[in-house]
Amino acid sequence: MITIKDLGFTYGETGGLRSISLNKEKGHMVPTEKFVLKNITMNLEEGRIYGLLGENGVGKTTLLTLLCGLKKPQMGTISADGRNPYDREPSLLSEQYYLSDEVPPMNMKAVDYAKNYGKFWEGFDMDKFIEVMGVFENDPQQKMTHMSFGQLKKTYISFALACNPKYLFMDEPTNGLDIPSKAQFRKAMTKYTREDSVILISTHQVRDLENIIDPIIILDRQDVLLNATLEEISEKLYFDYSSEKIEDALYSEMIPGGNIQVSLNQNGEDSKVNIEALFNTVHQHKELIKGIFNK
Amino acid sequence: MEFNSNKSIYLQICDAICEQILSGRLRPDERIPSVREYGAEIGVNPNTIMRSYEKLTADGIIYNKRGIGYFISPDAKETVLAAQRKEFMEEELPQILRRMKLLDIDPSVLAG
Repeated sequence: MITIKDLGFTYGETGGLRSISLNKEKGHMVPTEKFVLKNITMNLEEGRIYGLLGENGVGKTTLLTLLCGLKKPQMGTISADGRNPYDREPSLLSEQYYLSDEVPPMNMKAVDYAKNYGKFWEGFDMDKFIEVMGVFENDPQQKMTHMSFGQLKKTYISFALACNPKYLFMDEPTNGLDIPSKAQFRKAMTKYTREDSVILISTHQVRDLENIIDPIIILDRQDVLLNATLEEISEKLYFDYSSEKIEDALYSEMIPGGNIQVSLNQNGEDSKVNIEALFNTVHQHKELIKGIFNK
Repeated sequence: MEFNSNKSIYLQICDAICEQILSGRLRPDERIPSVREYGAEIGVNPNTIMRSYEKLTADGIIYNKRGIGYFISPDAKETVLAAQRKEFMEEELPQILRRMKLLDIDPSVLAG
């Protein structure tokens, strides 16, 4: 389990970026701290594939890089089963993988890259790399510099899964993937990951990852708005797809053939969670949502 | 698998398994895929499959042999039939009747 407690982070030279803003009471300019992340507290459990959602600039990538030890928390702590990622102990590094949004084309064949770099991961499995490459219809003998963006991405996804990491962090993994690869990706995320792994995927492409991400984390400026399983979400919110208007709907959106309407689930009825509608509901009713989910 | 209806995914998976039991594709005491196998096959989070299996177990449609896997109950077909007949009579039929009334269709046409 990864335990995040009161995590805070700001970009700046002295660890605290100070921007100047006008203090209305005092009538002059004063510096204010600008935090990207502030007071983030949550647990990431084993055996789950978390979907990390949030608008542009809310700190999704910052959070991922903090979790894998590329950045140092300026406030609060992160503990990966008792270990601090920023210590970058080889034992922890060999159990985690961070797949960034942009991946570098190396001047070598994919299979050679895997051979050379796989050594750093305790659980690396070359056969698995070849197998996943096959699933994605990627040629392991191809030079990475000759690959398209999508092919390169699939090479790195294959590599990430072949490393058998306990902690897997992925930043927009489906960006650049073609249509068949997206379904393959969803299947691979179940088939080729460890049962006890902690997986966190940040994405804007919720449709690409629908049915695979659960729980859902919605990040807002400095804050976690929601961290709940689909089961908990459908217990508390009701997603209606009919054409009848619901009076006290929290959110409603026209779709071909009717509406998606989200309301409080008062009758204990079960419904299918629509992640986009959920996201918009949460954004329009931040305090209400925090209230009903943090009970 | 394509998920279209407005039912939650875990219930749609239950329905799919029940349908295979009714059609005879899944036989009594046959082993069904593990939670992870099934998840990988249809691209769904294993926790969702787990929820489906838990419901089917509670309903007596499948059973769990610890450490071996999930199996179709010997009387699964009867259980599914009884449950779906009840659902049809209590939920689907009243809806059809309401719709027929709306469209001004005499129920006697059904007696054919």
